[in-house]
Amino acid sequence: MAYVDDYPDASKLVRACFGVSFVALGLGGFFGLIQALHRTNVFRGFVSSADYYTVLTGHGVLLVLVFTTFFIAGLFTWATTHSLERDVPSLTLGWTWFAMMLVGTALAATAILAGFVPSIDMSADVLFTFYAPLQAHPIFYIGAALIIVGSWIAGYTYFKNLWGWRQDNPGERIPLRTFMVVTTMLMWYISTIGVAIEVVVFLIPWSLGLISQVDPLITRTLFWYFGHPVVYFWLMPAYLVWYTVLPKLSGGRLFSDPLARVVFVLFLLLSTPVGFHHQYLDPGIPEGFKFIAMTNTMFLLLPSLLTAFTVVASMEHGARQNGGTGRFGWLGSLPWDNPAFSGSALAGLMFAAGGFSGMINAGMNINYLIHNTLWVPGHFHLTVGTAFALTAMAISYWLVPQITGKRLQFRGLALVQPYLWFFGMTLMSNAMHRAGLAGVPRRTAEPQYGSVDFSGVVGGMTEMRIQIAIGGTLLFVSLLLFLVVMAGTWMAERGRGQLTVNGVIPPALSGPEHSPRIIDNYRVWVAIAIGLIIIAYGPPMFDLVADGLLEPGSPAFPA
Amino acid sequence: MEIHRFEKLWLAAGILLIVGFIATVTYGAVGEGVAMVNDDGGTIDPTKVSEDANFSDPGVEQVGPHEYEAHIVAQQFLFKPGTSTPIRVPANSTVTFYVTSSDVVHGFNIVGTNVNTMVIPGQVAKMKVRFEEPREYGIVCNEYCGAGHHTMAGTIEVVPEDDYEGGA
Ligand code: HEM
Ligand SMILES: [Cu+2]
Ligand SMILES: [Cu+2]
Repeated sequence: MAYVDDYPDASKLVRACFGVSFVALGLGGFFGLIQALHRTNVFRGFVSSADYYTVLTGHGVLLVLVFTTFFIAGLFTWATTHSLERDVPSLTLGWTWFAMMLVGTALAATAILAGFVPSIDMSADVLFTFYAPLQAHPIFYIGAALIIVGSWIAGYTYFKNLWGWRQDNPGERIPLRTFMVVTTMLMWYISTIGVAIEVVVFLIPWSLGLISQVDPLITRTLFWYFGHPVVYFWLMPAYLVWYTVLPKLSGGRLFSDPLARVVFVLFLLLSTPVGFHHQYLDPGIPEGFKFIAMTNTMFLLLPSLLTAFTVVASMEHGARQNGGTGRFGWLGSLPWDNPAFSGSALAGLMFAAGGFSGMINAGMNINYLIHNTLWVPGHFHLTVGTAFALTAMAISYWLVPQITGKRLQFRGLALVQPYLWFFGMTLMSNAMHRAGLAGVPRRTAEPQYGSVDFSGVVGGMTEMRIQIAIGGTLLFVSLLLFLVVMAGTWMAERGRGQLTVNGVIPPALSGPEHSPRIIDNYRVWVAIAIGLIIIAYGPPMFDLVADGLLEPGSPAFPA
Repeated sequence: MEIHRFEKLWLAAGILLIVGFIATVTYGAVGEGVAMVNDDGGTIDPTKVSEDANFSDPGVEQVGPHEYEAHIVAQQFLFKPGTSTPIRVPANSTVTFYVTSSDVVHGFNIVGTNVNTMVIPGQVAKMKVRFEEPREYGIVCNEYCGAGHHTMAGTIEVVPEDDYEGGA
C-alpha cells in the first residue's frame, strides 16, 4: 500500500502544498535566470534596470518565502502522519491553513508583479527583506503576514496529531521524524514573533497611513531576529531528510537516533540569539551585543558538524550493506543512479562548502570585507539555494510517487537533473564568492560603475561574469527538467505499473531508548531557548525602544 | 547515551574549531583593534539632516595634526560629497567618517577595503580609517535603495600630503 492509500487526507494536503511550491520554484527560478544574465551584462532584454528590482523581489519572495514554506508544510504533514501512523487530525483545518497561505501568496505576488505595469498604482519593490523606510503596498505586508499565520496553524495541526498519538501510546518516545518537526516548529514560533511584530505592529499600520513614521533600526532588528532562525527553518527539513530518508536510500539505517535528537534540540536553543550577525555593520548597535551574537553563531556550527558526521557515517553503513569496501571504495557502492539519493547527497556536499563560507560571514571583523557583496548570495545559494532546494527536489522524486500513487515519469531526465544543478551551482557560486571578494555589490542591476575599478583577488572579472551567466542558465535548465518530471508524474495514469518506491523507513542502529527521556521534554528546551533570547535581545531591544518606539522616525518612501 | 569513539573525536575537534574561531575574532578585535561600527555615532532626526550642524554642509575638516573628520550624507542616489565631487583627504592621515542618510537605508563601501557600513536613517555610522598612500578609491552604495541604486557611487582621492588644499 502506498502512502496515498493509507493517508488519503494528508496526501491531498501534501499534493496541494507541493503543487504551489513547484510553481513558485519555477517562476522564481526564471527570475533568477533573468538576474544572472542581466547583472553580468550578457543579456539585458528582459527588463529595464529599474525593473530589475521588481524581478529580484519576486525571486527572493517566491523562493525563500513561498517555495520553502509550502514545501516544508507539505513535507512536515507527511513526516508527522507517516511517523505517528495517523492521518491529519482535521482536513477542514488543513484546508484552512492552506487557503490562508495561498491567499497570502496571491496578495504578495500581486503587489510585486504589479510593479511591472506602470499604469497600475501598486508596487512592492522592497526585496524580500523589506527594509523600512522603503515602503510597499499594504497588501504585500498583509500577504506576508497571512503566509506566516497559516504556517502557525499548520504547526498546530502537527502538535494536535502528536497529542492524539500520545493518548493512545502513553509512555512511548516521540517518533524521530515527529520530534524533528516539533523542534523545528517550536523554533519557528519563537522566531516568527519578531517578524510578526514588525509587520503587524509597525509596517501594516504605517503602509495604511495610520502611523506616519517608523524607526528603521527597530524594524530591521525585528526582521533579523527572525532572519537567522528562518534559515534553520529551511535547513532543518533538509536535515530531516538527510537523517531519516538518506540512510535508507543508501541501503542502510540511521547511525544514531539520540544524536539526531540532540542536534535538533541544539538548533532550537541556538538559532535565534544570533540575529545580530546580520547587523555586524549596523550603526546604533553596541559592539558587545554583536560579540555575543558572534560567539553564539560559532557554537551553532556544532549541530551542523555533528550532522555531517552522522550523515556520512550512515551512508557508509548503507554502502557497506550494499557490499562496498575499502577506505573510500564504499563511495562507489552508493546508488548514484537514484536521483533521490544523488540529489540529497550532492546537496549535503554543497552544504559543507556553504558551511565554510558561512564561517567567514560569521567572523565579525572579516565580515567587513564581504558584507553586502556578491559573496553573500554566493554563500546562500549553497545553503537554502542548494542544501534546501536540491534536497527538496530530490526527495520529491521519492515522495511524489507516494502521495500520488503514480510511477515517476521521465526517469532519464530525473537522473541527470541533480548533477546538472550541482555543476551549474558550482560555476555560479564560486564566481559569486570571488566577485564578492573583489568588492562587487549584491542586489545591483548594473554592477559597472564609471568611478570604480573592481580587481579580482582570484581570477578576472570577465571570467567571473561568464561563469555566473552560464551557471545560472544551467541551473534554470536543471529546474525545467525537474518540473517536467513532476508534471509528467502528476499527469500520469494511476495504476500503470507497480510503484517502485518503498516508503518504509527502518529504525536507527542506536534507537531512542539510548537517550535520556528529558530530550523529549520540549517544554524545558523552549524555556532555555527563551532565556537565551532574553539575554541576547533584552538589553539591545530595551536600548532601541528607550527613545520611543517610533523614534528616530522615518516617513515612507514608496518603492 | 552511547557515543561512538570516532564521533567523540569529531565532537572534540569541532569544539576546538569553534573555540579557535572565537579566539581569532577576539584577537582581531582586541589585538589588531578592528572595531565594529558601533552606537557611538549617535542618532539624528532623518527628516532634518540638512539642518543639522554637522551635516548641513557635509565634507572633510581638519581636526588635528594628520587628523580629519568627514561628514557624508547618503541619499537616493548619491553621496554628498563623493558623487559629484570626490571626497579628498591627504595621505598619512586618520579620517573619522560620519555617514548618515536623509531618506532610505544605503550602504557605504570603499571598494576593495574593509571600510564598509550600513547607513540607516536616524543613525550616524562612525568609522576611523587610516590612509597611508596617495591613490584613488571607488565608493559604492551596497544596499538596495530604490530604482536608481545601481547608479549610486563615488570616489575618494587620497592626495599627497603636500598637495592637500582641504577636502571637498
Ligand atoms: C535557477 C536558479 C537560480 C538562479 C539562476 C539564481 C540567481 C540569482 C542571482 C544572480 C542572484 C543575485 C541577484 C543580485 O544580488 O543582484 C540571486 C539572489 C537570490 N537568490 Fe537566487 N538563483 C537561483 C535559485 C535560487 C533558489 C533555489 C533560491 C532559494 C531557495 C534562491 C534564493 C535567492 C535569494 C534569497 C537571493 C537574494 C535576493 C535579494 O538580495 O533580495 N535562488 N539569485
Ligand atoms: Cu544568519
Ligand atoms: Cu543604494
